[in-house]
Amino acid sequence: MKQSWDGPLNKIDEYRWEIPKDYLPGMRVPGLIYASTNLLEKIRQDQAMEQVANVAFLPGIVGHSLAMPDIHWGYGFPVGGVAATTLDDGVISPGGVGFDLNCGIRLLRTNLTLKEVKPKVELLVNELFRAVPSGVGSKGKIKISYNEIRDVLRKGSKWAVERGFGWEEDVLFTEEEGCMKDANPDLVSQHALERGKPQLGTLGSGNHFLEIQVIDKVYDPEVARELRLEEGQITVMIHCGSRGLGHQVCTDYLVTMQKAVQKYRIQLPDRQLACAPLSSPEGKNYYAAMACAANYAWANRQCIMHWTREVFAKVFRSTPEELGLKLIYDVAHNIAKIEEHNLEGKKIKLCVHRKGATRAFPPFHPDIPKKYRKIGQPVLIPGDMGRCSYCLVGTEKAMEETFGSTCHGAGRVMSRMKAKKEARGRDIQQELREKGIIVKAESRGTLVEEMSDAYKDVSEVVEVMHQTGISRKVVRMRPLGVIKG
Amino acid sequence: MKEFEILEHTADIGIAAYGKTKREVFINAARGMFEIIAGRTKNLKENFCDKIKLEADNLEGLLFAWLNELLYISETKLVILNKFEIKDLSNNKIGAEVKGTKINRLNCKIKKEIKAATYYRLEIKKDEKSGLWRAQVIFDI
Repeated sequence: MKQSWDGPLNKIDEYRWEIPKDYLPGMRVPGLIYASTNLLEKIRQDQAMEQVANVAFLPGIVGHSLAMPDIHWGYGFPVGGVAATTLDDGVISPGGVGFDLNCGIRLLRTNLTLKEVKPKVELLVNELFRAVPSGVGSKGKIKISYNEIRDVLRKGSKWAVERGFGWEEDVLFTEEEGCMKDANPDLVSQHALERGKPQLGTLGSGNHFLEIQVIDKVYDPEVARELRLEEGQITVMIHCGSRGLGHQVCTDYLVTMQKAVQKYRIQLPDRQLACAPLSSPEGKNYYAAMACAANYAWANRQCIMHWTREVFAKVFRSTPEELGLKLIYDVAHNIAKIEEHNLEGKKIKLCVHRKGATRAFPPFHPDIPKKYRKIGQPVLIPGDMGRCSYCLVGTEKAMEETFGSTCHGAGRVMSRMKAKKEARGRDIQQELREKGIIVKAESRGTLVEEMSDAYKDVSEVVEVMHQTGISRKVVRMRPLGVIKG
Repeated sequence: MKEFEILEHTADIGIAAYGKTKREVFINAARGMFEIIAGRTKNLKENFCDKIKLEADNLEGLLFAWLNELLYISETKLVILNKFEIKDLSNNKIGAEVKGTKINRLNCKIKKEIKAATYYRLEIKKDEKSGLWRAQVIFDI
């Protein structure tokens, strides 16, 4: 099934490449890919670029069909794709958000140093593995009723804080303050509620993780200081999403959208791009249901962060406050947002689809925390489990070129089947241990599929965003201990 | 005739399922999906049963609905399904009885979580020459 792509690509400069609008009849805008020459070779090895071109068919799409350097083949939209559509005559597409609605990342700082944590990494990993349910089929520790889950969908992070999971200030350092206001639980199916009810407070599986890290390089000391981050400091990164609830919301609305495509006579090259006008009942309903799933994911990450704080407090015989376990920021990287942008000199509200892409708002943007107005919005980019992660900040350039968006991670290059073949005879857990990384996973299969060889190098991906000015590097973190489903 | 085969994809996974009849290809698509989820499931002891009735606008939509409903049952009831008795099947409707095993750590474990069956490159058609049915589905994992 995997076939390389040999379509036309015009070089704009060292890191920008255009798929011309006349490549496929029906494209309303050109495609624009951010990539180095080296990354482009890998990107051409699957059908991601064809998907970038297909996204350009969406009614109301403006600017470009965008591709970040971590792009790879997805279903419908590529992973690493960004598309903005107008509100009055544009569409919203569940495929442009993904099944794992509001899959995202949060980063905690600590007052701890490498010296203090190194001897306790294995203990921390074991305790975290016990405290945070993870893995396929994992059930949560939080018992909630159907009424309560509807409250979770309405309130997001706030629900969790009200229940004692975390601090009030956490909400301020979460995208959308952990709650999209247009959420309407009446538009979420019973199937979705049933899947979500037992899974609140679970990590999930696959490429989701909870990672203990150390900052090993500072690129921008001034911004790092504002974020209270420094070399040698321990951080914790959490990566997970909306679990079965989000998956079901996407499945349900893909069916709705198949009908909508017929009703509104929308011509599409791929059924998975099914969509409806944002102004239609179908479009509005999907947005309201998507907001519910997004809120569930923020509540999920809030609960997991709370347990993480408790584990650190237990292991270091202290309190989360004394250990300085503050939330730096939480970002979504599978979501659609209604945002104001400048288009051809005019301010306009757009629906920005980010599927495997992260918001990267600049300094002084009103939607970022007051504390970060001088430096811009923190952008959290996880690597694979063997390599580093990054904290960047958003820029004005991102607003000009990518609707305030940047990459989200490393992006896969190898199928899971190929990864299994490559890993034959290898002990991935031991290889990581020899690199100084303790990994605890529910299944060996996950470790094999998630090994570094299966991913692009996140440093290369981040470098493209930095060199193009779309987001600026602040610090780099390397992993010490990881728990995976 | 093989029942199904796994299709490679960069980040996800797919199956191509085969059958001499429409009924058989629906069953083999389900079997393929549960093999991805739990490995070999033929010999598992059955202690779960449920009935399914679904409708869709067309045959592709029905296949999408069928596989996603099975995923919903598997996740919410914590079961691996391995027997699929299709009572009636048209291009728009399916009625079936499904059986399987409750998941516990001793006899049955989920290897991989499938988030959903997608519409991407979803196909189900009969080859006019051989008379064989073929269905293709990509799953989001």
